Amino acid sequence: MSLDADVRHRLGSLTLEAAFASTGGITAIFGASGCGKTSLVNVIAGLIRPDFARISVGGTLLVDTAQGIFLPPSKRRIGYVFQEARLFPHMSVEANLAYGEWFAPKSERYARKAPILELLGIGHLLKRRPRELSGGEKQRVAIGRALLASPRLLLMDEPLASLDAARKAEIMPYLERLRDEVKIPIVYVSHSVAEVMRLASGVAVLSQGKLVAFGPAAEIAQRLDLVPAEEREEGGVIIDMTVAAHDAGFDLTRLSSSAGDVYVPGHLGPAGTPARVRIRARDVMLALEEPRAISALNILRGTVAAIAPADAASVNVRLDCGGAAVMARITRHSAAVLKLAPGTPAYAVVKAVSVSGPGADPR
Amino acid sequence: MTLLSLTPEEWQAVRLSLRVATVAMIASLPVALAVAWLLARKEFWGKSLLNGIVHLPLVMPPVVTGYLLLLTFGTRGPIGAWLAEIGIVFAFRWTGAALACAVMGFPLMVRAIRLSIEAVDTRLEAASSTLGASALWVFLTVTLPLTLPGIIAGMILCFAKAMGEFGATITFVSNIPGETQTLPTAIYTLTQAPGGDAGALKLTAISIAISLGALLVSEFLARRAGQRIAA
Repeated sequence: MSLDADVRHRLGSLTLEAAFASTGGITAIFGASGCGKTSLVNVIAGLIRPDFARISVGGTLLVDTAQGIFLPPSKRRIGYVFQEARLFPHMSVEANLAYGEWFAPKSERYARKAPILELLGIGHLLKRRPRELSGGEKQRVAIGRALLASPRLLLMDEPLASLDAARKAEIMPYLERLRDEVKIPIVYVSHSVAEVMRLASGVAVLSQGKLVAFGPAAEIAQRLDLVPAEEREEGGVIIDMTVAAHDAGFDLTRLSSSAGDVYVPGHLGPAGTPARVRIRARDVMLALEEPRAISALNILRGTVAAIAPADAASVNVRLDCGGAAVMARITRHSAAVLKLAPGTPAYAVVKAVSVSGPGADPR
Repeated sequence: MTLLSLTPEEWQAVRLSLRVATVAMIASLPVALAVAWLLARKEFWGKSLLNGIVHLPLVMPPVVTGYLLLLTFGTRGPIGAWLAEIGIVFAFRWTGAALACAVMGFPLMVRAIRLSIEAVDTRLEAASSTLGASALWVFLTVTLPLTLPGIIAGMILCFAKAMGEFGATITFVSNIPGETQTLPTAIYTLTQAPGGDAGALKLTAISIAISLGALLVSEFLARRAGQRIAA
């Protein structure tokens, strides 16, 4: 299945203008609050009738304003997980889950109940009423309900935004499993750098309704200029690595990649497990000589690739470490003292506890 | 004669009232649901006019409503004459009393249901449609069950109004014992006749009991329905 979307729509003072495509995995729609992210997915779902759009999923045209095609939401077979779970209060969890399944045409039902209950850990909730569920449980049931309708595409609109940090941490592993086990493309709306960088393979960045960047997550991550002001401190890079070994004595996992080895706290699975780490620019120190007798465990060797101003006092330095990028936010003063310039060899120093691994608490 | 022993005529009035009110309530329901949904969820040309017409019986003198019914649904009225040809007669029949009660109770029923539909979260309806439900299925599986307390309230209001309807009934179908004499018109007749006080008092007591009973049943049903749908 693939998604192709090209949308132009006026919303009050905002003009939505975005074109992007996805062939699978999670495509994040990222941007500050009020930039039109939710409206964009509502257009895809058919809840908004757009001024102009051409959207197709798996080769089926859902909307083509030029040809006068507009499928109603009920005919689109798109799963939609809303910010608030929107479970039907007059039905049990079981009836909520069965709801979408019932409307899906028999010949197109591929979703099976048992594995989905297993995947989301909601098997024990079936007899309950939505009001008896916690926020995280509600959201998992809502995901299950959308999946059981055997959708061709899954839309998730800030599914974690209404949850507290503990609930977010509870649900995140389920989202990762979902991404890895579900074959359909997922469009994931979020304003959180942490969520997007942890989950997405592709990222579409919206700013005031306009698509300003679209590309692989690792590339978009380096564009610190795209990070909205309220998430400024979260900007950084992601590096896809694999588990090399786990030190049970210190409970540290060593990950390896072309950039070098990185230690993160905790156990991330057996050797060979893919693991994406996120390193925030503000957590990275730069050194011209390899530091010794230092508590930080991660010292990556590279060369300065680019220096861009961040604000009046600081700059963002991009270090090329064996093909992978590491961003460091340092003061303009330090950059001047170290005489950093493109081509300067340098070491990036990151504390193991600052590296966000897949099991980390998303903020 | 004890308080509870009723003459056959009095019994007839009680039974007829119950029948008229029940039929009026049930016959109004589908139309009231449709109108309430239109008023709550749709914008269309002439919406204010429809709203006004629905509420007319509430603000007009009941006698006027009864007279208008007589003019249109009487055997020589434009609709009445046509219906009479296919064997449906309202004038001076109990069916006419039911029609008068339905018309008088209709605005109350529409108001209660409309408020209840307006209170249903449209976001749940949107969720339902993304799960594959057509507009009709959205209404049947989401809007309707969540509107249930309002529907019950509207039905009971309509029933109570029908039990007490006097002016429109007596104008439209008169006061014929056994055919169109309901509780209120029977009480009125008894109070006009010498020695009718005891009978009037008994029917008054019955009237109060039925109204109170209906209210209690609706409270109970609405609370149960409310518990089921509480988020």
